Amino acid sequence: MSHRPDTAVALVTGASKGIGAAIAQALAADGWAVAVNYRSDKDGADRTVAAIEEAGGKAVALHGDVANGAPAELFKQAEEQLGAPVLALVNNAGVTADGLAIQMDDEDWDIVLQTNLTAAFRMTRGAMRPMIKARYGRVINVASVVGPRANAGQANYAAAKAGLIGMTKTIAHEVAKRGVTVNAVAPGFIETDMTKDVPEAVKEAVPARRAGTPEEVAAAVRFLASDDAGYVTGTTLFVDGGMSA
Amino acid sequence: MATTTTPEAVEKTVYGALPQFGVEESDISRDATFEDLDVDSLDLAELSQIIEDEHGVQLKGDDVAKIKTVGDAIDLVVNRAA
Repeated sequence: MSHRPDTAVALVTGASKGIGAAIAQALAADGWAVAVNYRSDKDGADRTVAAIEEAGGKAVALHGDVANGAPAELFKQAEEQLGAPVLALVNNAGVTADGLAIQMDDEDWDIVLQTNLTAAFRMTRGAMRPMIKARYGRVINVASVVGPRANAGQANYAAAKAGLIGMTKTIAHEVAKRGVTVNAVAPGFIETDMTKDVPEAVKEAVPARRAGTPEEVAAAVRFLASDDAGYVTGTTLFVDGGMSA
Repeated sequence: MATTTTPEAVEKTVYGALPQFGVEESDISRDATFEDLDVDSLDLAELSQIIEDEHGVQLKGDDVAKIKTVGDAIDLVVNRAA
């Protein structure tokens, strides 16, 4: 079993708020120096960094639009600013553009696939080199219970998230022998800005009869990023109060 | 990045890298095939990165698919750099 080097950086995309911010904080609490990536919410990213530093951790806010940028630049900046290579990548940045398929225009399809799937692939590809070199790495893709399960109005989102799970399995297979694990977490109904307009009836349909918290998703990511999860790869951990059961 | 891409320099890089993939030093020769050395596609991808770092020559997936022996790899890199 390989162990995380003493200094290692975790890069979390879309970490200015919600699940991403909780993940950044959980990884920092586990000893990772964290690059808190954000696209537009600088204040949110600064708050995440401040919370990490207040708890005694190390973090920097890192601007970059994963859907339209150069991942190489993000990895370079994270390494320069935190002084170690990125050995954990959490592909969390995501968007929604909901609508029934019959009414969904190409733009809404493209933006969701581009951000939630293509960007995650490009980031993962960029992360492989330092991880393979280090013989240690953790990639965690934030998928969704939507994808494995239907959700009317989210054909684009479901396609992207199901694609993410397929990609997770194949890349996990490709790099397993180098000590690099690739897994996904699939949150169900989690209380964040993205789900604030979800009707109460949806919550009642969850076997646990409540929404999850970003911290509960972050705890799953923290486990998958840990040395303890070194033999766990290619899997999807559902954090959904039993929705997919 | 080293500036030399002589056959000797590239050979040194390749011979030096292969043991990282579990290859016995005594089994390495120009005529040895990667298949015989149990060097798989991921190993070759990593070898390509090491070559790029050392010699500045980028090998793509199609290039790597064509090479069969250690000598093929060395010759390809030297030709690319020329």
